Amino acid sequence: MERNIPLTVEFTGGLEMLFSNQRVHKISIPARDDRKEPSNVGFLIKHLCDNLMKDPRKEMFVIDDSIRPGVLVLINDADWELEGEDRYELQPNDNIVFVSTLHGG
Amino acid sequence: MAPCEICTTNRAQILRPKTRSRVCGPCFTAAFEAEVAETITTTHLFQPGERVAIGASGGKDSTVLASVLQTLNIRHGWKLDLVLLSIDEGIQGYRDHSLEAVKRNSADLGLPLKIVSYEELYGWSMDQVVAQIGKKGNCTYCGVFRRQALDRGAAMLGVGHVVTGHNADDVAETVLMNLLRGDLPRLSRATSIVTSTPSASVNKDGGPNGAVSFTNVKRSKPLMYAYEKEIVLYAHHKKLDYFSTECIYSPEAFRGSARTLIKNLERIRPESILDIVQSGMDMAKLVPDTDDACKGSAETAQTEESAGGCGNANGTSKEGEMAAMERKLRENEQAEQDGTEHEVRLPAKAANGQRHDRDTTNLDIPIRTKERRGNRKAGRHAATPAQKLGQCERCGYLSSQAVCKACVLLEGLNKARPRTDIEVGGSGG
Repeated sequence: MERNIPLTVEFTGGLEMLFSNQRVHKISIPARDDRKEPSNVGFLIKHLCDNLMKDPRKEMFVIDDSIRPGVLVLINDADWELEGEDRYELQPNDNIVFVSTLHGG
Repeated sequence: MAPCEICTTNRAQILRPKTRSRVCGPCFTAAFEAEVAETITTTHLFQPGERVAIGASGGKDSTVLASVLQTLNIRHGWKLDLVLLSIDEGIQGYRDHSLEAVKRNSADLGLPLKIVSYEELYGWSMDQVVAQIGKKGNCTYCGVFRRQALDRGAAMLGVGHVVTGHNADDVAETVLMNLLRGDLPRLSRATSIVTSTPSASVNKDGGPNGAVSFTNVKRSKPLMYAYEKEIVLYAHHKKLDYFSTECIYSPEAFRGSARTLIKNLERIRPESILDIVQSGMDMAKLVPDTDDACKGSAETAQTEESAGGCGNANGTSKEGEMAAMERKLRENEQAEQDGTEHEVRLPAKAANGQRHDRDTTNLDIPIRTKERRGNRKAGRHAATPAQKLGQCERCGYLSSQAVCKACVLLEGLNKARPRTDIEVGGSGG
């Protein structure tokens, strides 16, 4: 029996609006996804949409089940493109940051 | 985990969009700063000791611009006299929050801050404008007012050069929009790092020696080769304090679609963004009389640019309406020249309006289609040279018309008439 994975998730660049106007969230997610695979960032994103997002404007964050182009994802402060994108398998205490570049000043 | 390609020791954190190189945070910020410095030095953007106002909205682009310029100014001993210049459009729940971010930037960077409000300049805040005319079309007012506001603010500070935070994504967006509108003559302005160098004749006429009048303020965009992604990551790694927001009055529009297209392209092929910018610059060179066209339509083109600087970045400017209003104003002027009066309904008919637009602003463009040539009237052609960049007879601002657009819009507001009632003869004075 695996336990949940504790994570720190951060939303900035306007995305915090979708998540109770709160920038940093300490959450934990199941260690395995629905298909009993180790939970990855793709699963986390779906989990966030289903459980943490309080605003109906989901399309500001996700389009067609993937991150909206223009939203940057940082895994432990590195571009997620360097870490395998949504296939990156989450480790306990990982820090995942979502930054929108789409909003103005 | 691959190491940084520059220092080869730290963990790579950033995949750079233009080179696809993998670099660590410190090497990235150093490279970003070096590239902005190179842009500035190779284009001779600043004079040593020059006073420069940074158009600051509190958003990511202008916050990064202010931070990088301050850093480079100290590092390279440019001796620039930098100030922050913010425009308060008077939109509760939008600008009030971002102005707080600008105030924090001012304190953090140790740069003085000047805030100029629409209310003090025009007697109308945007909240009041919207109360009067409704949400539809208010971006036209905001864009026209902002352009002048930055120039007037700069003049109040005695500053002859305003830099704005337009980035490569913004420029690529504008290039695409100009292509989609068939408006190649505007490419030059969109892709020039320095815009709005006012005509020498106006300089001579206006103001005492050396004094900065609001008609001779230079504009430039030092970040026009910087990816938006890298601007955001620079702010992230330098832990800069910026505010992200959407203007509460601006709905998604044409620019938003162009923006989505750009972002989708970036995901597939990141080089596309700078390639579009480069294509825009190259195409601008192919458009004859570009410089003249720019001068002739300086005021309108400037409005376009400032709209980009608006929510812009957020992809919500109502460019279409802005363009329609501009066309309408130009048509008004044309009507005066023709000695005819005709009421122009909003929204202006695109095809028709655009032909007027080209006829009045762009004289001879050989690559135009036969259709357009056929459409041009001899009388109209002859009347065109009469349009010169002069000064608004009411406020003295640069204008190709007797009365500048801001004054026309203000007259409409002050008469408490809705926007659709601005008439051809009456508004022209």
